Amino acid sequence: MLKFKSLVAAVGLTAIAATTWAADITGAGATFPFPIYAKWAEGYKAATGTGMNYQSIGSSGGIRQIRAKTVTFGATDAPVSGADLDKDAMVQFPAIIGGTVPVINLDGFKPGELRVTGPVLAEMFLGKISKWNDSKLAALNPGKNLPNELITVVHRADGSGTTFNWTDYLSVISKEFADTVGKGAAVKWPAPTSVGGKGNEGVAANVNRIKGSLGYVEYAYVKKNNMNFMQVQNANGKYVSPDDLTFAAAAAGADWFSVPGMGVSMVNAKGDTSWPISTASFILMYKNPADKAASNEALKFFDWSFKNGKKMAADLDYVPLPDSLTNEIRAKVWSQIQK
Amino acid sequence: MSNPLPSSAQAAHFLKTAERQRTQDWLFHRLTQVFSLMVLLALAGIIVSLFINAWPTFAKFGARFIWYVEWDIINEEFGAAIAIVGTIASAGLAMLIAVPLSFGIAVFLTETCPVWLRRPLGTAIELLAAVPSIIYGMFGLFVFAPLFADFIQVPLRQVLGGMPLIGFLFGGAPNGMGILAAGIVLAFMVVPFVASVMRDVFEITPPILRESAYGLGCTTWEVVGKIVLPYTQKGVIGGIMLGLGRALGETMAVTFVIGNANRMPTSLFSPGTSIASTLANEFGEAADFHMSSLFALGFLLFVITFMVLALAKIMISRAEKAKGF
Repeated sequence: MLKFKSLVAAVGLTAIAATTWAADITGAGATFPFPIYAKWAEGYKAATGTGMNYQSIGSSGGIRQIRAKTVTFGATDAPVSGADLDKDAMVQFPAIIGGTVPVINLDGFKPGELRVTGPVLAEMFLGKISKWNDSKLAALNPGKNLPNELITVVHRADGSGTTFNWTDYLSVISKEFADTVGKGAAVKWPAPTSVGGKGNEGVAANVNRIKGSLGYVEYAYVKKNNMNFMQVQNANGKYVSPDDLTFAAAAAGADWFSVPGMGVSMVNAKGDTSWPISTASFILMYKNPADKAASNEALKFFDWSFKNGKKMAADLDYVPLPDSLTNEIRAKVWSQIQK
Repeated sequence: MSNPLPSSAQAAHFLKTAERQRTQDWLFHRLTQVFSLMVLLALAGIIVSLFINAWPTFAKFGARFIWYVEWDIINEEFGAAIAIVGTIASAGLAMLIAVPLSFGIAVFLTETCPVWLRRPLGTAIELLAAVPSIIYGMFGLFVFAPLFADFIQVPLRQVLGGMPLIGFLFGGAPNGMGILAAGIVLAFMVVPFVASVMRDVFEITPPILRESAYGLGCTTWEVVGKIVLPYTQKGVIGGIMLGLGRALGETMAVTFVIGNANRMPTSLFSPGTSIASTLANEFGEAADFHMSSLFALGFLLFVITFMVLALAKIMISRAEKAKGF
């Protein structure tokens, strides 16, 4: 028995020794920014020799892990409220910006040829507009020969930040959507034809396969799969196409420090060229971390990534934060973290 | 003439050997006992931890959770009815297709197949069982679903959709996904299990019984129905239950084709969800009460599987009693 105990102790000590020795930064959370965090980690490792181990287990998982203090930073797409941040003595800051895009499968139209407004989009996802030749859609697209086809709504089957961003937008733009569906990482889709796909790739696959379908995916998947998308009317009444410029325009208009924890919703952002369904993905860290060395390493990682990771972000169709914003994050947010 | 009785030295040696063997036996007995108790312990541990995590949901909804038709994450209203119906309907459809098919395969392989073809065919079926479920899922979504929509859903709806009483079963958008599509893909997955178990048990029917029946002038059909099936009943039921167990718990393949809609299915074509696919989809982003409801779903799947197994055991023991074994 004694032998067994000492064996356990030995194994435990080795495990502890191994983790200290490796000194990798650990983080967990949102799946939406995973590709760029992984890319940054690769670059950071090459530049400094320190690795960053990020597990994309989902935003709620990231919040759970940082609360359980098993990781140095958590990552979430839906910002944590200021009250919750204060309760846990955590800080929150955005790390990367992206956008969600309504994609369609309709023969005879070029990408971006069809136009839609937020309220009409909401009615389509509510199932109240069920055909492509509905008069409300036709009114937005004069001269276009819209087919008499059923709209099949494709949504995410798994909980995701993309769904949060999408339902956040529809809830802001349509009171009925806010009342009957609401915003969240996973919601109850009311349209009688709606089907769920697993992950962005699942939604993309279903939209590409089902004639007359309408779904929403992260921008990178639109480009990767050459998908047909709709232009959306923004808060200034202009129709815009999704790309890094329109996402950046939406980010530029945001007043980041108006909300505690920088949890600004970028949906329906003002500005002529703003994409109305843009979003930021956030990082959570403790103000008084148990492991200060690890926390410092994580900050160094983000500092490096903000400075050197812009090209990587653009390559992956994300929008990096502007320098003015990252400087403010360094001065106002990181300063609260005890070194 | 040598003494048949061993000398005292020999006796002591034998005694020692016997003692050593007894200790070894005892140790071996205990060791294997610990192994099997570990399984029981793990099982009990899983049930208990599922139940503890599911408790907030059971405490709030009580037994109503089982038949409550709602899954609204935002408003925290959860019921298992939609997922239970989806699970049982897709698994039931799968068995409806897979059991006759597997039976046919097994009969062909054991009774009428030319000897040179037996080996390759049997191996092919066993290989199908080794295909990972994600492959079936991808095949289901990218290959099967489009074909299913154009060549099965549309004709079925045109021919049967207008019929009274059963017409409603074929309503809904023909987009290649839904309960029936999931059932068919599950059938593909279950056939190799059921067929290979059936073939193995059919093969153990004593040749003497079979040959006597053929000698009396029985047809192949009569031999299968009156000799092979009654003799192998237990194994056949076991094989079917193995298949049903897989169909009930299958996750990835179902997630790809069932449509993942949290609505009560109204037809064979309407998208639905199963317990396993709901768990797979929603665990990542679940928190608090949602999480607990997912655990409650998992607990119910456990109970359903357990009931299926118990039912199979009862059926087998009834059948054995009836035959007077």
